Amino acid sequence: MAALLAPTTLWFLVMLIMPLIVILIFSFGERAAVGGYGGGFTFEQYANLPARLKAFQNTLTYAPLGTLLSLLVAYPLAYFLALKVDRRFKLVLLVLVIVPFWTSLLIRTYAWIYILGGRGIPTILEWIGIEGVRLINTPTAVLIGIVYGYLPLMVFPVYVSLEKLDKSLLEASNDLGGNSFKTFLQITLPLSMPGIATGCMLVFILLMGEFLIPAFLGGGKVFFIGNAMVDLFLQSRNWPFGSAVAATLVVIMLITVSIYMRLAMRNKTGADQSLM
Amino acid sequence: MSKNSDKQITSKQFMRQLWRYKRGSISRREFLGVTGLGMATAVMGAAIPSLLPQKSWASTDLGDRLVFSTWPNYWNQANLDEFTANTGVNIQVNAFGSNEEMLAKLQAGGTGWDVFVPTNYTISNYVELGLIQELDLSRIPNYDASANNPKFAGPATVNGKVYCVPKNWGTTGFIINSNKITSGPKSWKDFFEVTKGEGSGHTIVHDYQLTTIGAALCALGYSFNSIDPNELAEAEAVLIESKPHLFAITSDYQPGMRSGDAWMSICWNGDATQLHNDLPEMQYVIASDGGEIWTDFYAIPAEAPHLDAAYAFLNYMQDPAVQARDAEAHGYAPTDARAIALQPASLATDPILHPAEELMNGLEFGAAQTLTDPNRAELIARFKSA
Repeated sequence: MAALLAPTTLWFLVMLIMPLIVILIFSFGERAAVGGYGGGFTFEQYANLPARLKAFQNTLTYAPLGTLLSLLVAYPLAYFLALKVDRRFKLVLLVLVIVPFWTSLLIRTYAWIYILGGRGIPTILEWIGIEGVRLINTPTAVLIGIVYGYLPLMVFPVYVSLEKLDKSLLEASNDLGGNSFKTFLQITLPLSMPGIATGCMLVFILLMGEFLIPAFLGGGKVFFIGNAMVDLFLQSRNWPFGSAVAATLVVIMLITVSIYMRLAMRNKTGADQSLM
Repeated sequence: MSKNSDKQITSKQFMRQLWRYKRGSISRREFLGVTGLGMATAVMGAAIPSLLPQKSWASTDLGDRLVFSTWPNYWNQANLDEFTANTGVNIQVNAFGSNEEMLAKLQAGGTGWDVFVPTNYTISNYVELGLIQELDLSRIPNYDASANNPKFAGPATVNGKVYCVPKNWGTTGFIINSNKITSGPKSWKDFFEVTKGEGSGHTIVHDYQLTTIGAALCALGYSFNSIDPNELAEAEAVLIESKPHLFAITSDYQPGMRSGDAWMSICWNGDATQLHNDLPEMQYVIASDGGEIWTDFYAIPAEAPHLDAAYAFLNYMQDPAVQARDAEAHGYAPTDARAIALQPASLATDPILHPAEELMNGLEFGAAQTLTDPNRAELIARFKSA
């Protein structure tokens, strides 16, 4: 048994625990004169955290908002794929959801700069008489990019939970006189909760570290904590402060995720069938 | 009741249901659960590597490869293809947005870069940190020191040793869309006034400490290179005040200028040439209150894995005809007089590429200390996250 567990333990140790320890050690150090890590023991980096308050606030606003919007867009799609589409087309449509992932997110997000830019959607809106719409480099643009980029991560878990749904339950509800809205609310939605929980978790966790979409579609003006970290490591080369920000983010994530898990687990079905 | 009878199971649906049960719903569900999660995992796996900015490490152990790190829109693909055709060395190009980013990569180590393009003010830092190697000029016979103006080539020599060969030189000013900005800003002071006035919502500053902080410093009448904490604090106030009026903070300003979303941007003169050639209303301004003059160089990192290929590439890129072709693609002026002589005469007298000497009097070369000054680094980061 111990021998079987060894690879897993080693993997966790090398890939997770050790990097986290390094981050913690760095976060109590000082920036070397030319950048990087300069040793030492100080709480200065943590004391300096308020300088990135806006970035934390932005992340904690846009990550839940982006997750919610992704869910609102993904659910009807997953529902349609799982329950309404003819079996013959199902696989093709599922593959079509993944196809965009064959291209780098960087390139797809870059394309949105042009779609949302002055010569893109705003020009089309002008043709139909709506003038002065500005999309690119606004929070709206960032949210559009998030929904676009994270959609499959939300669609698949929800799809799986809907696909597993026992169709006879829908018929039973129908037989007992429930209309389709009531059936959805009392049968379909509760039974798809595990998928919703998984999808939201996947999207939310990744969004907390997102930096590419706000950098490209927010024009550097909608600034996430991920952008702050990229800056600290790749521009200012302030590894200790960057590590302090990273460690703080991990703590914030642990807190929010465990609150979320507790809420999700309260739902009994969620506890039984959660995919997590 | 009619509603329910509508939903009665048809014979076709019944058969489908039966068929489904025959296949065994449990194994099917498990299968779907596994494949569904498998899909989600595959999807994440595909997404995460693409989020990493660079993958240059992947090629370190390939002998037929050269990893070349440079700036966006700063090379002629025809040259690289010709080099590959002649030598069999495939070139992997990485484009970077700032010298700081290049330094960060080199400091972290294991870049796998063979040749990269640092700007004048970074070289002494690289030498001090032991990140670049002294060049054996006998392996670069195409390089002719006497054809290069010492004003531009000078920073390549540190403590009497040559570490780089020059590539191009240029200036950092700003570009305006003269159809939209009609007040004719001439200085960085005007630039920030216009940002808050007729250009509000349509101005871009670089995501780059040197030029963006430098512009704010010049607007206040200070040196482009100042690291004085009080002067930097004033510059920060100028930037923070203008932030709500900015269209973007990005060094990739051509898309915004071209789409008409942005009307004014801090700009390097080669980009200005590219924009002006396509859109004549794009006007380049060398600010009267200062700014930057710079030279970019080719250098070889200390840990370059393909040293022979790197020297071959440097020598090839120093060929005057190759330099002229390179400049044709990106619009920046070569430092090498032999290459300028090969260019069309109109370029040699182009006011954007070769401005009158008196216009350049106020310009400064970036200073080494700006690269490593922690206050400047933190200032730009604070400005962005404000």
